[in-house]
Amino acid sequence: MDAFGNYKSVISARIADKAVLKKVQDGGIVTAAFVYGLENNLLDGAVVASVGEEFRAVPKVATTVEEILEAAGTKYTTCPNLSVLKQAIREYGCEKVGVVGTPCQIIATRKSLKYPVGFRHMNDKIALTVGIFCMENFPYNGMKTIVEEHCGVKMDDVAKLDIGKGKFWTYTKWGETKSIKLADTHPYEQIACHVCTDYTAELADISTGSVGSPDGWSTVFARTEKGEEFLNGMVESGYLETKPVNEGKFGLELLAKLANIKKSKNQKEIDHRKEIGLPVPY
Amino acid sequence: MVTVAHVQLSSCCGCLVSLTDTYEKLLDVLGAIDLVYSQTIADAREIPEADIILVEGSVCLDDHHAMEIAQDVRKKAKILVALGACAATGGITRFCRGGQMSKPIHSSFSPITEVVKCDLAIPGCPPSPEIIVGLITAAIEGDMEYLAPFSEFAKNNTEACGCDVIEKVVNKSLCMGCGCCAASCPTRAIEMVEGRPLILNEVCIKCGCCGFQCPRIELPKNVMVLE
Ligand SMILES: Cc1cc2nc3c(=O)[nH]c(=O)nc-3n(C[C@H](O)[C@H](O)[C@H](O)COP(=O)(O)OP(=O)(O)OC[C@H]3O[C@@H](n4cnc5c(N)ncnc54)[C@H](O)[C@@H]3O)c2cc1C
Ligand code: SF4
Repeated sequence: MDAFGNYKSVISARIADKAVLKKVQDGGIVTAAFVYGLENNLLDGAVVASVGEEFRAVPKVATTVEEILEAAGTKYTTCPNLSVLKQAIREYGCEKVGVVGTPCQIIATRKSLKYPVGFRHMNDKIALTVGIFCMENFPYNGMKTIVEEHCGVKMDDVAKLDIGKGKFWTYTKWGETKSIKLADTHPYEQIACHVCTDYTAELADISTGSVGSPDGWSTVFARTEKGEEFLNGMVESGYLETKPVNEGKFGLELLAKLANIKKSKNQKEIDHRKEIGLPVPY
Repeated sequence: MVTVAHVQLSSCCGCLVSLTDTYEKLLDVLGAIDLVYSQTIADAREIPEADIILVEGSVCLDDHHAMEIAQDVRKKAKILVALGACAATGGITRFCRGGQMSKPIHSSFSPITEVVKCDLAIPGCPPSPEIIVGLITAAIEGDMEYLAPFSEFAKNNTEACGCDVIEKVVNKSLCMGCGCCAASCPTRAIEMVEGRPLILNEVCIKCGCCGFQCPRIELPKNVMVLE
């Protein structure tokens, strides 16, 4: 099985700005890409997931570095980023838009570029797509139940959420850390995620995630020419620190293993749904 | 040279405006085709035979002229394309109910996809200039793979509505909350609430955009290759 899709290069990297590194989820690749883009006139806006009240995820068109920084960090709940895509071009007048999204959102973006039925004059204005790895997502109340009922933390008090090492971690604004086993979060997963066979955002210009790299670093794939050029620019102008990706057991091997688990598990679900006559995307 | 005709039935001409809204690309398109008929921008009075006939607008069943034109374009076109919501899904004309002067009897409107067999249908109100050019280019090049979603749409989506994403996606445990449907909607009839589309039915004009764009209904193979 092809675990990662096509790519030109893969590295481990993190954002060079140490102050920003504290605010981001992993290596801060998404934040670095958009900040670099805005500061170097390669982007004039980006579609991101900002934080709303009680750690809700709210799609937003960010046009300043502050707004990009404010949106850093993973929200483990669906955030309809694409719902503001056309707005970025119409209302904000952006001509070079960056888009961050989970694999499904990157697929949706690609479809809207290839078949822009309801997207007038958008094609040439999507300057960069950054995909984030994703195993599954949660509806807001699913995430809330995990955090409030299982971790015993009020949504208002959440500073950061993370999934790693087989656990779902909740970090509070007061410095506490709570966690539950990932297995206990399965009942709250969005079921529509179970027909998805893309783990590493295979259609993005650049894809990034935590798996495969040490804590505080990210695994980064450059997939398209555009993505590679962008990433090289980030490295050359000092926005990123890099090191070769670890091929071994805790590096690409682990990433491939997780990607293949997702692919085969969800392919089974797709086959099952077909068998009992339920529709799947065709 | 591929011959193309543009025929207008009950519509606002916005689809043709959308085609001409391709600026410099329009010249490429016009360079690659022979526009043999278009009442708005050329002189020909009789609809000739053509490789591609783009029909915009729905058919007034109570107007025998419109009914004759619908039959006529089917005979004359190698590829008959329902261009835009009114032709493809009925669009705003789904709400027509007659009773207005000076033809109070003109009350029934159907998309041309329901009146004669159409080969391709492009939803949207209007469809984007890029998609019209994309379809014409694919038709000229015989790129059947690219055209497949439009041929599918012509067959099975004549009754499009915002409810499509509810019935075919949310109700089928397929919606992952990307928000693409909401962005594609020309009237902002879709709000995303708790990561799911909510349809404001009074605002929906049944253009077919959301259902066409949702990647959880149709995901053409050519989308899944990195270019
Ligand atoms: C639901 C979900 C599941 C994930 N599962 C995995 C996994 O299994 N393995 C793995 O290695 N990585 C996973 N990730 C990715 C990981 O958590 C980080 O998002 C990624 O490594 C980027 O980190 P960063 O430091 O580069 O990003 P940052 O610089 O912190 O920026 C993160 C960016 O992601 C955007 N974002 C945050 N939440 C969402 C959301 N819900 N939807 C869309 N955009 C969002 C933000 O707007 C921000 O721009 C997952 C992410 C999500 C949202
Ligand atoms: S376009 Fe996205 S949000 Fe809309 S119905 Fe389809 S999957 Fe759900």
